[in-house]
Amino acid sequence: MREWLRDREHMVRMGILFAGALAVFLVARAVMVPKDFGTYGHFRTGALADNMAHPLVFAGRQACGDCHDDIVASRKGSKHEQIGCEACHGALEAHASADDPSALKPKLPDVKTICLVCHRENVAKPAGFPQVDPKDHGDGGPCTSCHNPHHPEIS
Amino acid sequence: MEADRREFLKQTGLLLVLTGAAAQAWDFVLAGEPEKAPTYKLLDHWWAMAMDIRKCIGCGNCVRACKTENGVLLEPDCFRTWVERYHVHPDDPGHPEVDSPNGGYGGFPEKYKAGDGSKNFFVPKMCNHCAHSPCVQVCPVGATFESPDGVVLVDKTYCLGCRYCVQACPYGCRYIDPRTETVDKCSLCYHRITKGLTTACCEVCPMGARKLGDLKDPKDPIHDFLKDHMIHVLKPEMATGAKAYYNGLDGSVR
Ligand code: HEC
Ligand code: HEC
Ligand code: HEC
Ligand code: HEC
Repeated sequence: MREWLRDREHMVRMGILFAGALAVFLVARAVMVPKDFGTYGHFRTGALADNMAHPLVFAGRQACGDCHDDIVASRKGSKHEQIGCEACHGALEAHASADDPSALKPKLPDVKTICLVCHRENVAKPAGFPQVDPKDHGDGGPCTSCHNPHHPEIS
Repeated sequence: MEADRREFLKQTGLLLVLTGAAAQAWDFVLAGEPEKAPTYKLLDHWWAMAMDIRKCIGCGNCVRACKTENGVLLEPDCFRTWVERYHVHPDDPGHPEVDSPNGGYGGFPEKYKAGDGSKNFFVPKMCNHCAHSPCVQVCPVGATFESPDGVVLVDKTYCLGCRYCVQACPYGCRYIDPRTETVDKCSLCYHRITKGLTTACCEVCPMGARKLGDLKDPKDPIHDFLKDHMIHVLKPEMATGAKAYYNGLDGSVR
């Protein structure tokens, strides 16, 4: 017991050291961990808004119909009806949301290559999918000389 | 002076009360256009993906659209989604030949012959947005997480680039973006789905071989998809709670 009392000085010093370290830790933690950390889980809630803030590049097929209802109508009943416009025309959010869309008039797809992106023969494609070998099909010219891209069925 | 203080208190109060999306919404309310405020309710959704291997034609539209929408580098090892081609001999299904030229970015030049007795098909791949993600479990700083609506996201401002998650993902869905030295992966187009749009890859898929679905929406067609088909997930033995549901998934697919 006397021994312990004699060495008490050590304990007090250690105690102060620990208390100091704990205080530094708590202050650092309060400063460094963002306010919104942990609301929904082990992450910063603001990261959800960060991910939402990314700009749109594709407009979505719904947007095109507002101004190009003639094209939408011409696709009715075709096997191409379900294909999004931007699947062939590329990303057009900039065009669709522009104040003057005709100023950002999109370049038309290359009619010599666009069809074969999907329709070129390949054994790995589902057997029922309509495929052509351009060497045997058509006349070597653009596919659109016979097919309407928005309603490709002939007859 | 008085007005300044009031303004300051109001701003700080708002900042503390409203975070993230709510703060965004408040901007619209202040601007007198509350109808434009995001009405997205975080807890009303549980996102998943329905993939149909029987429909995929390997056109590569999804791979290209994903890179365009999300500004993914065109490097051959930076992909948020990619497509693989399987070539399986029926008598040796354990050893499929798999290729994915540039992730399928430029489509798949014909490589096999019809009538050689093999089975050939395309498999679109992406983050499975697992409900129990190994990648989330290993992150030392909470920079990757499962959002309350079921999307595995990355907090770019928090990521250290330590690569633990790249190693942990059993599906190989993560890579390090060399521009920022932080991890990058499919965000399920979080900026689109929270605005009522579908993902870029689904938007341009001509066959509907991949369809975004909301499992918390009883009217979503994904329920019929899951009910009417024989469904499988990738590597179920890993118990990741994967939410990319495949129809027609062959046993040879890894
Ligand atoms: C706000 C109205 C608006 C929206 C939305 C819109 N467009 Fe347009 N688009 C126009 C106008 C106007 C033109 C110019 C027409 C012209 O000069 O002949 C145009 C031109 C085009 C052209 C070129 C036509 C040509 O003859 O060269 C294409 C292709 C096109 N739009 C596709 C789309 C697609 C795909 C979408 C959906 C992502 C879309 N547009 C959305 C108004 C719109
Ligand atoms: C299968 C691919 C494909 C799809 C899907 C598609 N287009 Fe086109 N579109 C084309 C091609 C190819 C051309 C160019 C035709 C040409 O140059 O002769 C074109 C031309 C156009 C033009 C200008 C020429 C014209 O016919 O007026 C507009 C506008 C247009 N598309 C809008 C749309 C809209 C809107 C949608 C969706 C509702 C759509 N396209 C879907 C392939 C497609
Ligand atoms: C983005 C992919 C894509 C592009 C590009 C595309 N198609 Fe199609 N096409 C399809 C799909 C999907 C179908 C429907 C197939 C089905 O229902 O089995 C289809 C159906 C068709 C059909 C009907 C076949 C039948 O069974 O009657 C024809 C013809 C056709 N496409 C021609 C074209 C032509 C010509 C072009 C170029 C202007 C073109 N396609 C561009 C995806 C595409
Ligand atoms: C000289 C006219 C002509 C040209 C050029 C042409 N086609 Fe056709 N295509 C036809 C006719 C005719 C049919 C059969 C009619 C039908 O089934 O609707 C057809 C059918 C198709 C089909 C459906 C095949 C099936 O199995 O059901 C596809 C896909 C197709 N064409 C794609 C293309 C593509 C891609 C190109 C360009 C490389 C092209 N066509 C160029 C006339 C043409």
